[in-house]
Amino acid sequence: MAHADLQDRLTAIFRNVFDDEEIVLAPDLTAADVDGWDSLSHLRLMLNVEKAFKVKFTAAEVGRLKNVGDLESLLASKL
Amino acid sequence: MSADLYTTLAWLPPAPDDFSAQCRALAVAAPEEAGRRIRLLANHALDLNQLIRLAKSIQLARSASEGGRLKPLTGIKLAVLGNSTTDLLLPALVASAARHGVDLTCIASRYDQVMQEALDVGSEINCAKPDVVLLAIDFRGLPLRASVGNAEAAAETVKNSLAYLETVRSALRRNSGAICLMQTLAPPPETLFGSMDRVLPGTLRWLIDAFNRNLAESVAGSGDALLDVATVAETVGTTEWHCPRQWNMGKFPCAESYLPLYAEHVGRVLGALRGKSRRCLILDLDNTLWGWVIGDDGLEGIRLAQGDPTGEAHLELQRLALSLRQRGIVLAVSSKNEDETARLPFRKHPEMRLREEHIAVFQANWSDKATNIQAIARELSLGLESMVFVDDNPVERGLVRELLPEVAVPEMPQDPALYARTLAAAGYFEAIAFSPEDAQRADFYQDNARRAALERQAGDVDRYLASLNMRITFSPFDQVGRARITQLINKSNQYNLTTRRYTEMEVAAVEHDPTCFTLQVRLADAFADNGMISVVVCREAAAQTWEIDTWLMSCRVLGRRVESMVLRELLARAQLRGIRTLVGWFLPTDRNVLVVDHYRKLGFALTERNPDGSTRWILEVESAAVEPAPMLVEYSGFGSLESALA
Repeated sequence: MAHADLQDRLTAIFRNVFDDEEIVLAPDLTAADVDGWDSLSHLRLMLNVEKAFKVKFTAAEVGRLKNVGDLESLLASKL
Repeated sequence: MSADLYTTLAWLPPAPDDFSAQCRALAVAAPEEAGRRIRLLANHALDLNQLIRLAKSIQLARSASEGGRLKPLTGIKLAVLGNSTTDLLLPALVASAARHGVDLTCIASRYDQVMQEALDVGSEINCAKPDVVLLAIDFRGLPLRASVGNAEAAAETVKNSLAYLETVRSALRRNSGAICLMQTLAPPPETLFGSMDRVLPGTLRWLIDAFNRNLAESVAGSGDALLDVATVAETVGTTEWHCPRQWNMGKFPCAESYLPLYAEHVGRVLGALRGKSRRCLILDLDNTLWGWVIGDDGLEGIRLAQGDPTGEAHLELQRLALSLRQRGIVLAVSSKNEDETARLPFRKHPEMRLREEHIAVFQANWSDKATNIQAIARELSLGLESMVFVDDNPVERGLVRELLPEVAVPEMPQDPALYARTLAAAGYFEAIAFSPEDAQRADFYQDNARRAALERQAGDVDRYLASLNMRITFSPFDQVGRARITQLINKSNQYNLTTRRYTEMEVAAVEHDPTCFTLQVRLADAFADNGMISVVVCREAAAQTWEIDTWLMSCRVLGRRVESMVLRELLARAQLRGIRTLVGWFLPTDRNVLVVDHYRKLGFALTERNPDGSTRWILEVESAAVEPAPMLVEYSGFGSLESALA
């Protein structure tokens, strides 16, 4: 999957989960930058990504993520 | 078939494309409009993200409304106490309750603080004076220590867990006055031994089973209500329900994908507590109650027979409707048809389960269905929000949803085999109480109790048979039965003496052949109508002699002595027609060894045994005597001479 395509789909998921149509993804975007991105919505975000891309993350993988760039690399490694 | 029906709430129409925009619009809707629109929006198949979004809008609309009320929704204050995280559950509950006419406000206990919150008079929960407390406790939240193989310790463990909950319940009742909604436990899929887990006292499976049964008993008549999480989880699969990964990461009460289903079930019970459950089931006819179209295909053409897969699918829906009626749900019909035509199957079709007497209002005309449903509601003095409308036609469903949004209109699957399941899955008729006043309901339970009692007396076959209240019906072949007769002739392998196959044309020819005598046999009993279960064709092979060309029976009525009754009937008919001898053949196949001794058992004498294994038997009509079996005999369709018997 092309990187742009992956980012588009991820953006749609972020906007859906955080109910915010303004979110723009960047590799260095972190939880601190997004309103409502707490540990619980992080988990929801991961579950939504899993469902949309038909992949599974382990708890350890989820725990290691620091920013959107990490998520994109992790996801790309599973596709 | 998959669990998707349940997981995706597939009986609800999909959310509109502009769902998010509609949610946002709610916050600025006129206060008197907001409640109604919230309920309409909630009545879609919403996923967790959508439920959370709607819940947010509900909260905004509530703060904008007068006195924080969202009329016409009924307010309930719910407290959730449990051993899982409730952050995702609460918004799902708020939005799902709106689907059932409830304006829900929620408070949650701190994580895993059940006992403290209940016992402390000044706790947040008790101070909030909730109307209902949901005790969302799963198997991990109770002292269910395994004591494998130790029956005494196992019983003690179950008792302790129930006592723990009882303490919580009575404390909550005392301190807050709330009704408790108690959950059964969904068993985890992991076993210790395997199947033996259910046998061996003290395994987790055994403890959970015993706990669930006792919990249900403790709820009956207590004023509290039960949420049967175990059944919901088993329906979708406990391996899906319990996700170890999600439990470890987030302590969700069930896997995230099932939160909408879980919340839907809570919503149903809350709705039932406030009298919001539906009361009337309105049914379409063509391709809903039966297959095909009565107006085009006629009584003989519609699909309704036992043994025909399409017919059985529609019969299953009839069966469900009849069961609902027996527990007090009113049935009505709305069909685009001539009235006489539409009533014909109810009056004349032998396989129909629903009869006119079961239908409270029968609307068959050419008006649109919305008008008809309004007329039904008026006639029954029930509100539109009490109605459920089932129709296979998406156009009719769309029209009723559009014009009468208060009526529940389940999405129906393509395959009629799933009609009954879909209607049942929608849970429109959830109840929390059960009044014994309804005589039919009492009958229903009486039947079950009697069946259980009978099973205990196994061994006393005759008494059992007598208690079945069997009713056998004899008719000659006719047009209505022809399709099923042909089907039995071509499908029956085991209880079939000659295995001769005939086409529908040939069956029709036999009907009119004066040298032939035919029987179609139906059997009903206290528990079920088995439909047509036996077929016989006799031909006048020689003077005063009937040769039994075909004798077959459905194996589902084996052991009921139906064959004796059929022979009694043959003998009586033979006598009426001056026949002196019956000749029977057994033609062996690789499937019909079951009937190798059929004629011997019935008192026939063997006259011929051939190298191919076939045998020929005779019985003199004059001297034959067959003990009657305990069943009531009925006749239909015989000519005037033959009616002498009836």
